[in-house]
Order: sequence, then C-alpha cells, then structure tokens
Amino acid sequence: MEEKEVLKALAEAFPGGILETGDSFGCPVVRLRPEIIPAAAGFLKSAPWSFTMLLDETCVDYPDRRERFEMVYHLFSLSRNRRLRLKASLPGDNPEIGSLAGLWKNAAWLEREIFDMFGVWFSGHPDLRRLLMYEEFQGNPLRKDYPLRGRQPLFAKREGGR
Amino acid sequence: MTAVADRAFPENLLINMGPSHPAMHGTIRIMLELDGERVRDADVEVGFLHRGFEKTCENRTWFNLLIYTDRLNYASPLINNLGYAMAVEKLCGLEVPERAQWIRVLMSELSRISDHLTCLAAMAMETGAFTAFLYNMKAREFLWDVIEQTTGARMTTSYIRIGGVRADLDSGYEAAVRKALVETRRVLRDVRGLLDDNPIFLGRTRDVAVMSRDDAVSHGWTGPALRSTGIAYDVRRAHPYLTYERLHFDVPTGGRGDNYDRYAVRMAEMDQSLRIIEQCLIHLRRVKSEPTAAVLDPAEAIAAARTTPPEAPVRLSPNLAGAEKDVLPDIQTGDPRYAFPGKEAAYGTIEGLISHFQYFMKGHGFRPPAGEVYAAVEGGNGELGFYIISDGTDRPYRLHLRAPCLHVVSALAGLIKGGLLADIIPTFGSMNMIGGELDR
Repeated sequence: MEEKEVLKALAEAFPGGILETGDSFGCPVVRLRPEIIPAAAGFLKSAPWSFTMLLDETCVDYPDRRERFEMVYHLFSLSRNRRLRLKASLPGDNPEIGSLAGLWKNAAWLEREIFDMFGVWFSGHPDLRRLLMYEEFQGNPLRKDYPLRGRQPLFAKREGGR
Repeated sequence: MTAVADRAFPENLLINMGPSHPAMHGTIRIMLELDGERVRDADVEVGFLHRGFEKTCENRTWFNLLIYTDRLNYASPLINNLGYAMAVEKLCGLEVPERAQWIRVLMSELSRISDHLTCLAAMAMETGAFTAFLYNMKAREFLWDVIEQTTGARMTTSYIRIGGVRADLDSGYEAAVRKALVETRRVLRDVRGLLDDNPIFLGRTRDVAVMSRDDAVSHGWTGPALRSTGIAYDVRRAHPYLTYERLHFDVPTGGRGDNYDRYAVRMAEMDQSLRIIEQCLIHLRRVKSEPTAAVLDPAEAIAAARTTPPEAPVRLSPNLAGAEKDVLPDIQTGDPRYAFPGKEAAYGTIEGLISHFQYFMKGHGFRPPAGEVYAAVEGGNGELGFYIISDGTDRPYRLHLRAPCLHVVSALAGLIKGGLLADIIPTFGSMNMIGGELDR
C-alpha cells in the first residue's frame, strides 16, 4: 500500500518522469527519466517518504540495448524500514547523469567507482576521478566489451610531484 | 600528484601514510597534509586490493563463483557465503531445510564474533594494548576450531552453498562450541577489564572521531558503526532472514558515535552473538538428523555396482563426511534443479557420475530464472547486500556487492580532518576496514 502512495506522489511531483514501475521480490522498482534522478532522489529523501539512506548505487552494462547503461539506485528508509530501487537508462555514447553527491555523502565514492568501472560521467560531482583503478588505467573494466583478462602494461613513471 | 598535494599550503608537511604502513592493514593509502600534529587535509586512496571480483563473477558459473565470496571479508567468510547463497535462493525461490538454517545461523554468529574480535584486536594493538590483541586472537582460535572441524578450513570455507550447507556439523561440534563459548566469555571479560576503564585507551578513543547520526546515515553506514551513533538498525531485526525471528537477542547501540562507542558496541554485540549460539545449540539438537549405521566401503560398493546399484550408503572419505545421502535432505534443498547430488551416487553409479558432472561443469550447472534480486544479510561490518541480475544462463549477468566497509571508509577522510595524526590509527582501527571487501 505504502509503495503505491510513494509512486503516486512521485508521479504527481514529476509528471511524465516515471517510465515504468515494477516489483522485484517485494522491493518496488521505478524506472525514471535520467534527467530527473537527482530531483526525484531529493524528493524521496525528504519527509514524509524519508528515504534517508542511499544504500547502494551501481550500473549495469547492456551493450545490445539502444540505451546501453542502466543506473541502479537502492534507497532505504530507516524510519519506515522500506527499500526502493530506482533505475535510469543512459545512452552508450557519453553517458551522463546528475550526481547525488549533494544529497548523500557516500554517493561521492559510489559514483567515483561507477565512473571508474563504467565510464559514466556524473555532472555536478565535486571530485570525479577513478576510485579503485589507478589514474593512468585505460578503459572501464566492468563494461562488457572489456576483456576478462585484459592486462595493461604498468604505467609510465609519474612526472613532477612534490 | 594527488589532490591534497595540489591544495596544500607550501609550508605544511605532506605525509604519505600507507599503502605499506603497519597500521594500514588491508592496504590503504592516506595522503595527509599536516600542520604540526594537526591533520589539515586528507585524501583516502583505496583500490590496492582490487582484483575484479564483480567482473570475475560475471564469468564464472553460479556454483563456481562461491569461492570468490570467501575472499571478500576474510575475517568472516561464512557470512559472505551466506549473503550470496541467500540472494540466489531468493532469485530461485528455494526453500532451505530447517536444520541447514540453524547451522547457517550458528556459523554466521561464530563468524561475527571472530570478525569483531579481529577488528578490536587490531584496534587495541595499534593503541598499544598488545595483551588484548593476544587474548582476542586466542579466543578466535577456539571459534575457528569449531569452524574448521565442520567446514575443513579456517578462513576460505565455501561451506554455505546455494540451497543449504555443504555438510552436516561434525559429530563433536557441540563440545567444541561449548568450549569456545567459555573461552570467548573469559576473554571478553578480561579484555573489558583491560580496556574499558583504561585511561590510555579512553584517551585515545573517547570523543575522538565523533560521527553524528545524520552524517552516519548520509554516509550509508550500517552495522556496528551505525549502531554506535545510536541508531538501532540491524538487518537481522529489520529484515529477518533464516531463523533470526525465533531467536532472542538485543541490538546494542552507542550514544556518542566516537571510537570508544564503536569498540563498545562490538563488545556488546559479541555477547549477543554468544547468546544466539547457545540458543542455536538447543534448536540444533531438536532438528538432529540420524545417520544410518550400515555403510559399504568404496571398493565393495564399486564391486556391487557392477551388477546392481548398492542399496546401502558408501563410506565416504573423511573430507566428505557429513554429506552422505541420508544427511543431505536435512542440509540441502530437495529441489532437484538446484540440489547437488549425493556423493555415494557420484562414486557408485554412472548415472550419479553424470549428474555430478552436469551439476559442476562449466556450461552446464543450474540456471536460475531470469530476473534481478537484491538480498542483504548482516555482515560483520553491516549490511552486506548482493545485487544480482540473471539472464537465465549458467552465470550471472551482473553481480554487484554492496560492501558495508566502503560506506564506512568513505567517511574516514572527514573524520580525521582537524584531528591529530596519532588519532588516525584508532579511528581507522575502529572502522574495521577489510581490504577484500572494500576493494573487491
């Protein structure tokens, strides 16, 4: 019941923003237009929905689809003990989406990881650089077209530094 | 060049802490800008233990990738096994027999205690309390004895399988658990006596690196770290799984969210885990499986199988003890699509051998239905979530781990800024950063 109210309120606040709704083993799933993700996340974070925690943020690569990348957000409301999954599809060329780093502090690292692994660009991110791989690494390892055993030579010695 | 070096005042000292630093266990690098002893700016660099866990999992079968989950949080590998197995079971709609569920709870709690002991041991050692480190390690040995007896391994157990557990508990497990309970309680009492009112320990931890509730939530903290700020969120309570609903335990919380609270919450949680283990023992006795007496030696079984498949079970090698055909229904799901076949059949009949190969070979094995699932368990560090997408083939299309550690460590730079250089060490120790889980 409560889930329906969340979706209804979301649809009212963002007319035309909801593309698809579903359910995954009891967890409601909402596919949104990518451009409204930061605003919708802010809306859901505030009362009365109070999804105060960004549980997880990740990306999935579907090379065969027209919209290749799918962002997946898991929100969690501590007060209501509910999870919610948001999704947004991004094109394969220059995938870009608004950053949630202003809303949740852990988003800064989670988005750096996605940028590192998938090459998705987060506009408005304060410090977008690789998280797990080194700076000179070429490519994005979790993209499906990156080979499983894709080895790269060790990078050239860094210049300068203090 | 790091961002800190770019921003730093020229008169301040830049220090590279790690990745090879004795206190940066788990390999992490902190770039520090120091004004005297004060940390003016810090940048935490992770990824030194990145080994492409998620990419590897996409290229392994559902069964084979289990061993990689052991290596995530190597202080509590059984909980990682459980998290993965439960996510796949949710996807397949599998029911796990009751005895297997109790075994899983028992193993989870043993792992949780050993996880907390490891964390606090390191934290205490780095603040100078080497005795507490040794005591904790001693207690952990007794817990690992129980785990080793049943699973055959101390750390990389791969014991909790999709649909159940690999083998039944060892026949002497109860005595070993009782011994571990007594020894762990004694160690906890001793460590409390050593640390709780110790002015040196209090000076290093009390009101050091205080995390506010709002910040903890905003950073996605879960587990003991979140509870130390006073929020009683525990996956075992909020989204009960296995048999946790039927168990009595409290969710200890702290009040200030400082290093000391993170220590105290872990200590209190171990008491609760010990309580859970005691209750598990009672329930496990109730759902006991009775092994049959008559068994054939392998040679006899092979000879007998030349004419007709033998009726009596085959005596298995000690490595496979506890996974006999008559035990399997108690510890493994009965669904033939997902349950692995009995070893007697694999060694005694050709049909059994074929089904064994079918189950374990690349390109065969089981195939969960297409779909996506998020399932979480309470790991040593907090909510350990697996987000899995299946496209109906023999391997996951995408497997993402919500590593509780990543969210906790993402707050490290903020916590140490403005503090003293020496405070970094207990702060980092209280976070229980585990490289395998953080870097994946």
